[in-house]
Amino acid sequence: MEGEIKDLIILGAGPAGLGASIYASRYKIDHIIIGKEPGGYLNEIHKIENYLGFESLTGFELASKMRSHVENLGAKLQQETALRIEKIDGGFEVTTDKGSYKAKKILYTVGTSARRLDVPGEKEFFGKGISYCSTCDGPFFKNKKVAIVGGGDSAAMAALMLAEYAESVTLIHRGDELSCMPVYLDSLRDNSKIKIEYNKGVSRIEGENAVERVILSNKEGGEEVVEINGIFIEIGSVPNQKMLLELGVEVDDKGFLKTKPDQSTSIEGIYAAGDITTNSNGFRQVITAAAEGAVAAVEIFRKLKEK
Amino acid sequence: MAVEFNDANFEKEVLESDKPVLVDFWAPWCGPCQMMGPVIDEVATEIGEIAKVGKLNVDENQESAQKYGVMSIPTMIIFKDGKNVKQIIGAQSKDTLLGELKNL
Repeated sequence: MEGEIKDLIILGAGPAGLGASIYASRYKIDHIIIGKEPGGYLNEIHKIENYLGFESLTGFELASKMRSHVENLGAKLQQETALRIEKIDGGFEVTTDKGSYKAKKILYTVGTSARRLDVPGEKEFFGKGISYCSTCDGPFFKNKKVAIVGGGDSAAMAALMLAEYAESVTLIHRGDELSCMPVYLDSLRDNSKIKIEYNKGVSRIEGENAVERVILSNKEGGEEVVEINGIFIEIGSVPNQKMLLELGVEVDDKGFLKTKPDQSTSIEGIYAAGDITTNSNGFRQVITAAAEGAVAAVEIFRKLKEK
Repeated sequence: MAVEFNDANFEKEVLESDKPVLVDFWAPWCGPCQMMGPVIDEVATEIGEIAKVGKLNVDENQESAQKYGVMSIPTMIIFKDGKNVKQIIGAQSKDTLLGELKNL
């Protein structure tokens, strides 16, 4: 209810926020979760096969299980978009697209957004052959030619998934070695539909009404044209830390929130967990996000008890 | 509850509708689309008689999806007098969609 000061507002409803809520409920911390999309980025993951206790399930299935676990413990999830955080006497006020909420502590778990390529054609063809979600849009490219940009786990997973539908898959990587987990490397090399283009960058994306080709640049300064119907951009993510930057939070050189082992940020009373932090040695996974959420919740419980 | 649109009823239910129509293009394989399902149902209930709100499964109704160039889902298209007046790609909040329908 507006006006009432809660112990804690969790911003973000991905694995970090939901993981924190489980502990917050069990420690009887009066809290709410504010998140536009329950599960967050997890919903877009094709298959999760490295989360303890679940051998293989879709991201959406795991997100649904997390959400019902949290709600069964009595936590309230407000599906709203947070717009700003302000310091008030005794805590913070969060303004959303629907109202405002007050709490003594904030746990910030809003994660990251897909990094854009920033090349000509990218904005124009978004939704017309350019996608940032291979699980959502992969099946539109049955028997068609697609490209994936990137060399990490997301790019590797996207390439393998798309090879199930597409006629051909070109993986475009700017380096001379992929950075994905070794478990994916053999599958990529053994798949006859997948071709890996090393040391190539994307100059622009072209087409008439939809994507028709991608123009690659090589290290020698030359250009190559690859005819495609779709292109999936999987080049990592950028932290969504804008609301905290306005409060003067400290970030590292890539914009991730500097967090201590107890998940506190440089602003007293504001904690962070999940993909947006510098913790877990930068290893951004569902399991590390959930764990950071748990650590944060318990530390917040300790701090609330002190006062 | 949102209504179900398909290739067979699209013309009558969407294009010939005397009220604005919001169509949610979705598929069962898409996590964000599944997350949007209950949101679309709430929009349908809360918008009342002002507009019609429904879902179209692109896996089973490829003709309509292709006709409107849907290659990314979830995509929400608002039709008014048979014309595509607004196209929104990606998961949206209930309030955003209600706002779009009320501001027509």
